[in-house]
Amino acid sequence: MADKAEEGGLVFHPMDQFIIQPIFGGDVTWYTPTNAALWMGLSIVAIIVLLVLGSRHRAIVPSRSQSIAELAYGFIYKMVEDICGKEGLRYFPYIMTLFMFIVCANFLGLIPTSFTPTSHFAVTVVLALAVFLTVTVLGFVKNGAGFLSLFWVSSAPLALRPILAIIEIISYFVRPVSHSIRLAGNVMAGHAVIKVFAGFAAIAAVSPVAVLGITAMYGLEVLVSFIQAYVFTILTCVYLKDALHPHH
Amino acid sequence: MATDTPGADAASSGGMPQLDFSTWGNQIFWLVLTLIVIYFILSRIALPRIAAILAERQGTITSDLAAAEDLKAKAEEAEAAYEKALIDARAEAHRIVAEAKAEIQGDLDAAMAKADAEIAIKAAESEKAIAEIRAGALEAVKEVASETAQEIVTAMGGSTDAKAISAAVDARVKG
Repeated sequence: MADKAEEGGLVFHPMDQFIIQPIFGGDVTWYTPTNAALWMGLSIVAIIVLLVLGSRHRAIVPSRSQSIAELAYGFIYKMVEDICGKEGLRYFPYIMTLFMFIVCANFLGLIPTSFTPTSHFAVTVVLALAVFLTVTVLGFVKNGAGFLSLFWVSSAPLALRPILAIIEIISYFVRPVSHSIRLAGNVMAGHAVIKVFAGFAAIAAVSPVAVLGITAMYGLEVLVSFIQAYVFTILTCVYLKDALHPHH
Repeated sequence: MATDTPGADAASSGGMPQLDFSTWGNQIFWLVLTLIVIYFILSRIALPRIAAILAERQGTITSDLAAAEDLKAKAEEAEAAYEKALIDARAEAHRIVAEAKAEIQGDLDAAMAKADAEIAIKAAESEKAIAEIRAGALEAVKEVASETAQEIVTAMGGSTDAKAISAAVDARVKG
């Protein structure tokens, strides 16, 4: 594979960083510990350090790490409360789980030579489908057939309502697709672009530009890592709100 | 990254590793495990603890504010009491001053009256003394005059009737 672009030292393997590799060798079966498993585990460690160890002093006047833990808690708590209302707070731990996992995985993935689980559709599709199925089931359990009024826009003229209903249903089923591809696509694209710049850095003439490009992209990626976690979480809240209050 | 590992086959052939479905089962397994672990860490330890910290802080702030409000009310009360005490003290001072003034005035009046009375007594005594002196002087004048008159009359060779002479002198002195 390396002999395609060997001339001039240009070797692009922007996607190689996403390869799932078993840590201890052997084939990748469903339980093999892989680099994906390792970095998911490290995100658990990061969450423990941030939220559990950070808050261990239970100080009235918080330390720095406790402030960050409280900030993360307050950020998501307020988001759930603002969007879903008081009854949405029951689902706060689930949404906090999603947010903390995505944000930790994204930021850990920014460490050079690390692996980003959230750049894989396998991960984001499971997350998005879990949200989609939970919200749909919850909508029917909470509202019964009334949940279908989500697709019947009562504020629109009667003649338009069937058309709108079709559009609403399509957009409802597209939700998990856009929800999952947005996250993985953003993370993957950023990492791949950095890798491409890194390939260009091998050519002495353009390497300063390439290094500058890597730096700029890295800054952007830091932003994207947080924003995509935020967007994923806020969309989850919006979908949850639809399940709790389906009436427009 | 390493390119000679067995899992790299799909990517090495130019495709996206994301679409290598042979690894999906593995990722999903680890993802679900990770999410379950995170959920239990959050819901059992982290979130209740942070919620308790925030509630405790809110409680502390609320009680501190209440205490501050309390102290403020107390300070205002104390200020009012101080003002009242000041007004009372001022009134008391006024009263004492007026009382003292009245007392002094009374004393003064009494002393004045007493002095007046004494002066009056002294004046009366003096008058009496003067009257006595005057009476004494008149008597002496009369005596001297009648004696002198008698001598003169005797020297003139007239008869000397003492009674007549003194009556004449009396008439003269009065006149």
